Amino acid sequence: MSSVLQIKNLHKRFGQLEVLKGIDLDVAPGEVVSIIGSSGSGKTTLLRCINLLEEFEQGEILIDGKAIGYRMRDGRRIREREAVVAKHRAMTGMAFQSFNLFPHMTALRNVMLGPMKVLNLSREEAEVLAEKWLDRVGLLERKHHHPSQLSGGQQQRVAIARAIAMNPKLMLFDEVTSALDPELVAEVLNTIRNLAESGMTMVLVTHEMRFAHDVSSRIVFMNQGQIEEQGPPSELFYNSRSQRLSEFLGRTAFKR
Amino acid sequence: MNLAHVLLEIWLARFDILFGLGLTILVSFTAIVAGTILGISVGVALTYGAWPVRFIARVYVDILRGTPVLVLILASFYIPSVAHINLNALEAGIIALTLFCGSHVGEVIRGALQSIPKGQMEAAKSIGLTFRKTFVYVLMPQAIRQAIPTWTNAAVEIAKATTLLSIIGVPELILTTQQIIGRTFLSLPFYLMIAILYFLIDFAIERAGRYIDMRVSAAQGTVP
Amino acid sequence: MAYHLNFAVIWQNMPELWWGLALDLYLAFISLGIGCIIGLVAAFASVSKSGALRRIALGYVTLVRNLPILVIVLLVYFALPDVSRLFRLDKITSFVISLSLYAGAYLTEVFRGGLLAVPKGVVEAGMAIGLRPLQIKRHLIFPIMLRNALPSLGNNFISLFKDTSIASVIAVPELTYYATKINTETFRVVEAWSTAAVLYIATCYLIALVLRLVERRYARI
Repeated sequence: MSSVLQIKNLHKRFGQLEVLKGIDLDVAPGEVVSIIGSSGSGKTTLLRCINLLEEFEQGEILIDGKAIGYRMRDGRRIREREAVVAKHRAMTGMAFQSFNLFPHMTALRNVMLGPMKVLNLSREEAEVLAEKWLDRVGLLERKHHHPSQLSGGQQQRVAIARAIAMNPKLMLFDEVTSALDPELVAEVLNTIRNLAESGMTMVLVTHEMRFAHDVSSRIVFMNQGQIEEQGPPSELFYNSRSQRLSEFLGRTAFKR
Repeated sequence: MNLAHVLLEIWLARFDILFGLGLTILVSFTAIVAGTILGISVGVALTYGAWPVRFIARVYVDILRGTPVLVLILASFYIPSVAHINLNALEAGIIALTLFCGSHVGEVIRGALQSIPKGQMEAAKSIGLTFRKTFVYVLMPQAIRQAIPTWTNAAVEIAKATTLLSIIGVPELILTTQQIIGRTFLSLPFYLMIAILYFLIDFAIERAGRYIDMRVSAAQGTVP
Repeated sequence: MAYHLNFAVIWQNMPELWWGLALDLYLAFISLGIGCIIGLVAAFASVSKSGALRRIALGYVTLVRNLPILVIVLLVYFALPDVSRLFRLDKITSFVISLSLYAGAYLTEVFRGGLLAVPKGVVEAGMAIGLRPLQIKRHLIFPIMLRNALPSLGNNFISLFKDTSIASVIAVPELTYYATKINTETFRVVEAWSTAAVLYIATCYLIALVLRLVERRYARI
C-alpha cells in the first residue's frame, strides 16, 4: 500500500529562524491525520510546504511517490518552474482559515474556475461538477450568491467544495474553523466529517480537540518544529508519553 | 547652444527669474493659507451646519469643483470690472486660487470629519462635553491628523495652478521666463529650468507636509 | 451703471461652444485612454520583482505628478521642437501627448492602489487550486484591482477632463478658447463665463453619474 503523502527530513527556515527541524511523515490513502500543537510549533508552515505555498531548504515531499516542488539538476537542488509548481499544487486541495473565496465571483463560479482553467473541462462539464460539490456541502441553493452574501460557515463550505472539485489526492485543512463564530463551527466540522467518511485522505491542522479525537485515524503532536509524538487518538489523548503533550492537552481543557 | 551659453543667460536674467519665482511662491503661500482657512470653515459647515448653511456650502463646493481652474481664473479676471470692482491681475488670481483651494480643502475636511467613528462623539457626550468643546478637543484634532496627506496634495495642486496666472498676465515664473525666451530664443533650456524649479517647489511642499504630519502625529501620540 | 444680462449674444455663439465642449471630450477620451494603458503598465511595473522596473515606474510618477500640466504642455509644444525638427507636432497631437503623460502618472497611482489592495489570501487560494501565474493575474488580480480602483478612477477622470481647458493656452479651439474669444469680442463677461462654467459643471456631473452606475454594477465586493 503506497503512501499518498511522504515527507522526508523537511527543514525550513524563515531568515535565521528554523521553523521546521526535520519532519518525517507518511500518510496512507484514506487516512485522516490531525496535527495539533501550540502556535509557533510549525503546523501551519508544514501544511503550506505540502502545497508549495512556502519554500523549503532541505528535504523532500512526495505525492503518490512523485517528488514535488524541487528537482535535481547537475547535482544541485532547484525549484521547479512556476507552471510545474502549479501542476503539483493541483494535486492537493487546501482550505484556509480566512476562506479566501474569490470576492468578485459567485459561489458557483468560485468552484468552477479551477476545473475550467486547470483541468481544462468545458464550461458545461465544470458547471455540473461544481453543482455536484456545492450540493455535497449543502449549498446548492446559494450557487448564485457572492461571498459577501454568505455567512462565514457558508463561505468556508464553498471553499471546501472549491478545493475538492479539483479531485485532489490529498486535502489540507488549515485551522478552518478558527475564524468562525461558535455557532457556525458545527456545520463546517460536519462537512469535513462527511468527507472523511467517504474515504478522502486528509491532513488537518486544528484546535478543535474533540473533533480531532472523533474524526482522525492518527494524531500528530508538533512542538517547536518537530513531531514530538504521534499515534491513534485513543493513545495520544489518554496515554500520552510526552510531558509537553500532557501540558498542552491540559491547557486546551480537553475532557478526558 | 551649449551649457555655458545657457548658464550665462540664466545668470544675466537672474533678477527676473528670482522675481518670477518669488511671486510664484508668494501667490502659492497666500492662496494655500487663505484657502485652508476658508476650507476648514466650509468643511465644518458641510458636516455640522444647519441645512441652509450646508446647502450654500455644497453649492459653492460643487460649482468650484466642476469648473476648471483656468476658467475660474479667467472669470475672476474679467467679471469684477463690470461690477465696478477694480482688481489687478494678481489680486484676481489670488482670489480665484483661494476660492479653488477652499473648495478642495472643504471636501478634505468634510471627509476627515465624517470618517471619525461615531463612538468618539458618544464618548465625549458621556463625559459631559459640550459640542463646542468636543469639536475643539476631540473631533478637529483627529480630523486634521487624517486630513494632512490629502491636504498636502491639494497644496501641491494650488502651487501648480499658479502657472495658469501667466495667462492673465501675472509676472510669475512662467511668464517672466517666457519673456526671457522671447529675447534669447533658448526654448528648451529655459522650459527645462522651469520644470526643475516647479519640481523642487512641489517636492518642498510635499516634504513640508510630511514633516507637519510627523509633528502632529507625535504630538497626538499616533503613528504617522 | 448696472450691468444688463444679455444672453442673446451667447445663444448666437452656442454652436462654437458645443463644438468646443465636444473637442474637450474628444481630447479627454483619447488622453485618458492612453493614460490608462500607461497607468496599468506602470502599476504592474511598480510591484514587479525587477528593482529597475520598479524604480522607473515610481520615478515616472514622482516626476510627472510634481510638474504643472501647463509646464508639460509648453515643454512638448514649444521646447521639444528645439531638440529636433521631427518633434514639431500640431497642437492637438501635442496636447494629447502632454495630457496622456500627465494622466498616466495619476492613473498609475490609482491602479497601484487597487493592486496593493488585492487580498493576499485570494492569490494563495488561486495558487492552491493550481492556477498558473498568468491565470491568477487574469482571472483574479486584474478584476479585483479594477473594482478596487473604480471610485478613485472616477475622481481622476473628472479632474483630468477639466484639464483639457489648458489646451486653450496653445490655441486649441476647445470650450475655454471659445469662451475667451466671445468674452473679448462681445464683452459679455458674465454670460460667457457662466455659460462655460455651466457646461463644464454639467459635463462633470454626467461623467460622475455614469461612473456611479458602473460602480454599482460591479462593486459587489
